[in-house]
Amino acid sequence: MRRKEQMENTGKRFSKRDAWLLAAAALVILVVFVIFRQFSGGSGSTVTVTVGGEVYGTYSLDEDQKIDIKINGTVTNVLVIRDHQADMTEADCPDQLCVRQKAISKDHETIVCLPNQVVAEVSNPNGENELDDVAN
Amino acid sequence: MSKKKNIAFMGVFLALALVCSYVESLIPFYFGIPGMKLGLTNIVIIIILYCMGTKEAYCLSVLRVILAGFLFGNMFSILYSMAGAMLSLTVMYLLKKTGKFKIVTVSTLGGICHNIGQLTVASFVVENYYVFYYLPFLLIAGFITGLLIGIGAQEISLRVKRFF
Ligand SMILES: [Zn+2]
Repeated sequence: MRRKEQMENTGKRFSKRDAWLLAAAALVILVVFVIFRQFSGGSGSTVTVTVGGEVYGTYSLDEDQKIDIKINGTVTNVLVIRDHQADMTEADCPDQLCVRQKAISKDHETIVCLPNQVVAEVSNPNGENELDDVAN
Repeated sequence: MSKKKNIAFMGVFLALALVCSYVESLIPFYFGIPGMKLGLTNIVIIIILYCMGTKEAYCLSVLRVILAGFLFGNMFSILYSMAGAMLSLTVMYLLKKTGKFKIVTVSTLGGICHNIGQLTVASFVVENYYVFYYLPFLLIAGFITGLLIGIGAQEISLRVKRFF
């Protein structure tokens, strides 16, 4: 009885069709991965801050600096550039997830502060910019 | 199954889903997008979907997202989770409806869609499409978690189905 149940269950677990669909999904992911790989990996030279989708400012990663991001007159986020890396060090958002994110330095890496709609993104204006076309 | 028993089961599963949400909120998981979740609660949703029904699965999923949002997150995490949960559940429901695939496969595709849904909402909220830079990592994460959750959900539902 127990053995019979087990035999039945084995047939319920996996079929050829499942294998095909999973393989297809894995292949699609692999293709996406390879395509995205082409556009990333290089180190960036500038960091662009956007607030609510609008460009707030672009800053060089070569220069150590502290950027106060002001929304309606009050400083909501502080971005610090040091050793060619940009890091969100302060924020007035409730979740503080942006502050906990790692410093960024590679092309197209981002720090997102969702509550304040602030995005800091590394780019490399002198290098290839193909992802821009894809993203737009 | 009687209506009373049904409601009792739903209560138990909702509690279970909330525990999963809590555990998930403790796991730091940043792929550049704050508040992204792996979708571990999907295991409860899948079991409901297979053992009770579609309506129950949607009902529980919505309740779970809202309650977990108030308990462990904020408005934004509700927005995220809702997009991920609804897209994932809809894809899983449609795949299940074809009757051609096993739970493992249904769950894997659901896991991938969970992360696509979250990422899409994130890009709309910040109005920046560069967050799609993280798409490959999220797809891989969705595939792996979906697969593992699927294996778990399959084993569980094969064993508990007769109790429903
Ligand atoms: Zn923040």
